[in-house]
Amino acid sequence: MRVMAQMAMVMNLDKCIGCHTCSVTCKQAWTNRTGVEYVWFNNVETRPGQGYPRRYEDQDTWQGGWELNKRGRLTLKAGGRLKKLISIFSNPKLPSLDDYYEPWTYDYETLTNAPLQEHTPVARPKSLISGKDMKISWSANWDDDLAGSAEHGEKDVLLREVSEKIKLEFEQTFMFYLPRICEHCLNPSCAASCPSGALYKRTEDGIVLVDQDRCRGWRMCVTGCPYKKVYFNHRTGKAEKCTFCFPRVEVGLPTVCSETCVGRLRYIGLVLYDADRVLPAACTPDDTDLYEAQRQVFLDPHDPHVAAEAERAGIPRDWIEAARRSPVYALINTYRVALPLHPEYRTLPMVWYIPPLSPVVDAVRDTGHDAEDHRTLFAAVDALRIPVDYLAQLFTAGDPAPVDAVLRRLAAMRSYLRDINLGREPDASIPAAVGMSEEEMYDMYRLLALAKYDERYVIPPAHAEQAHQLEELATECSLDREGGPGMGGWGPFGESSGGAAPIAVENYRALHDRQTSDTPAAPVDKETRVNLLNWDGKGSPPGLFPPRPPTGGAAGSAGRGGEVEPKP
Amino acid sequence: MTAAAQAATTAPHTLTTAAGTGTGGILLWVVLPYLALAVFVLGHVWRYRYDKFGWTTRSSQLYENRLLRIGSPLFHFGVLVVLLGHIGGLVVPKSWTEAAGIGEDAYHATAVALGTVAGVCTLGGLAILVYRRRTVGPVFSATTRNDKAMYASLTATIVLGLAATVAANLVGGGYDYRETISVWFRSIFSLRPDPDRMTGAPILFQLHAISAMLLFAAWPFTRLVHMLTAPVGYLTRPYIVYRSRDTRLGARAPRRGWERIG
Repeated sequence: MRVMAQMAMVMNLDKCIGCHTCSVTCKQAWTNRTGVEYVWFNNVETRPGQGYPRRYEDQDTWQGGWELNKRGRLTLKAGGRLKKLISIFSNPKLPSLDDYYEPWTYDYETLTNAPLQEHTPVARPKSLISGKDMKISWSANWDDDLAGSAEHGEKDVLLREVSEKIKLEFEQTFMFYLPRICEHCLNPSCAASCPSGALYKRTEDGIVLVDQDRCRGWRMCVTGCPYKKVYFNHRTGKAEKCTFCFPRVEVGLPTVCSETCVGRLRYIGLVLYDADRVLPAACTPDDTDLYEAQRQVFLDPHDPHVAAEAERAGIPRDWIEAARRSPVYALINTYRVALPLHPEYRTLPMVWYIPPLSPVVDAVRDTGHDAEDHRTLFAAVDALRIPVDYLAQLFTAGDPAPVDAVLRRLAAMRSYLRDINLGREPDASIPAAVGMSEEEMYDMYRLLALAKYDERYVIPPAHAEQAHQLEELATECSLDREGGPGMGGWGPFGESSGGAAPIAVENYRALHDRQTSDTPAAPVDKETRVNLLNWDGKGSPPGLFPPRPPTGGAAGSAGRGGEVEPKP
Repeated sequence: MTAAAQAATTAPHTLTTAAGTGTGGILLWVVLPYLALAVFVLGHVWRYRYDKFGWTTRSSQLYENRLLRIGSPLFHFGVLVVLLGHIGGLVVPKSWTEAAGIGEDAYHATAVALGTVAGVCTLGGLAILVYRRRTVGPVFSATTRNDKAMYASLTATIVLGLAATVAANLVGGGYDYRETISVWFRSIFSLRPDPDRMTGAPILFQLHAISAMLLFAAWPFTRLVHMLTAPVGYLTRPYIVYRSRDTRLGARAPRRGWERIG
């Protein structure tokens, strides 16, 4: 047994309202630069829909992920090492910019400096790639809320696998949102595809990162990732990807997408797993068994034997403690309501999803039945094969049984809790029908419905004795360097040559301290100086505002002839 | 600088042995090669230390793939064969190939045939790539002055090399560069430069050699550096790379006296 820790996420799709706040804040934090205008580390797709980039799930075309060869051994779908090196001069399976979309801005200047004319001036869209006028025809969420599905709906890759009936009726049937980030897989095919070895998995927390100093821009990782979550920065010529906001996670803060999630649907926590079991699990012969196989890779942190092995593997004690409280482990293995996204790619993804029950509930309500009655709901889960088959394509490689079981558990929770909320006698037979105890069901309700901040995010900070290794614990001003942010411009070898800029301007430790303290963050010494970039209005640091007038009351200040507040 | 100084010290020594070579010959075939070599080596060391982040292919495949799909492999495979040909012609002494039983005629026929095909492929690929760079808007706007100078230098070297081969072998009666140029080339690396061998070579070969030396001197400062990190290690390394958190403090090196210990 080789115990490793993995930072993982679960998203509760029932709660996603498709507001794209996660995408926007992520973009502001990570990809608001030239070269990555078209890049969304986090994006929200409407399903059924094509996704971003378009039809990325069509692995017959894009060749992402792993597959088993004839001898049952795991190989990269896009070809092995030799094939990669031979096709290195022109990657045959690289999505073009059209498959993402051509990024644009608007010519806002015309609005203010256009001469007097008969018609109102307009801000024309300008391509950020060519700089010319362009016609906007696609974007990262062009088919949001099933927009244009009459025309594009058929292009959903999953519908190919599901029955004919959906193709005709799915608009009336169901729709849900799927937020996606990098899966930080246990068996990452992007890392395996990188000729330079620049993509690596961190041993401490399993976050998959691109070493910007070692990436040579061979572009094979973009092909290798079946989720198409590694992107090519066309300006710097390097690959970039979701970082799981590691500078934040290292000090115990949730990722930007989680922190700003309006629906509070994201859960972050540690999962302990056995690294020796990863490859056998990825080699599971049958696609539909991969979900169960991956679940078996995870170790029970409550098991004393596992804890002892973890400690031997150098995992700090408070991390093991955090793994015990991990909401992710609970949702995956204790309550068994979370499912992996496309396990059939064999990368063992680590961002899991609780499938939405809402389409079923909505359909039941529309028929005039009691949508909270567990008998009705159970029957509906059985009867409404359409969403279940579709969800199974997403989460279990087409096997409806696990999806069915999850939806039943969620339906049972609704019915069971309704009795409690209405002051009726709770019905123990409801949890029993889905193989859970009453206590378990209530705990699941607490985690899913109440979803307290410190229960959703159990993120042990990286270790104090390792603290000096943290990327963002700047002991000096991170701006205080040649060519630092703001200084910018082009170096002798193109934009931002000569050393990478710091990952973020903020000192996240300071931010975390301020967010978790209940006193105003007025600095008394230099160590706690307020950084204006993340000053949040708590307190008034000295020097920020002009000195207040002596406390002589309102009459005093009025008497000095200043502006007087208008009387009501 | 050290190599240049070395070249300066070796120059008088060679003057005596190479009585027939003038100052111009010394400059071109002794000083220039050592200068180019020094700049090539030290330039790469400096670039790698100073600019790891800029060390990339700067691929423009995302902008345009139709022309790149043909032009890039044509050029790169062509230039790899050209490289192998140069190693065979310049590094391997004539006596070795003859000892291996390959006669002058057989060698010559192979070299000319392979060299011409590879040269034409390289040049054709380059033509496609330059055409693409000029005509495809996004690719052109991502082209720096540095790139343009590099393209000019690279094209000149390849055209001159191909012209020299064609002029000497296909049009002319044939020229055995292994008796002259190759010997000079090896003499540079054995630190006994022999400029005499070069002064008598056909002008096209001389120009090719000069343009190549200038190209090598510019090499570390262009995008061509990606050649030095050709990912051959991929063939042997394990698929998944695990790495521990960076031991470096923050985004830059620690100040002197503040380095981590232990």
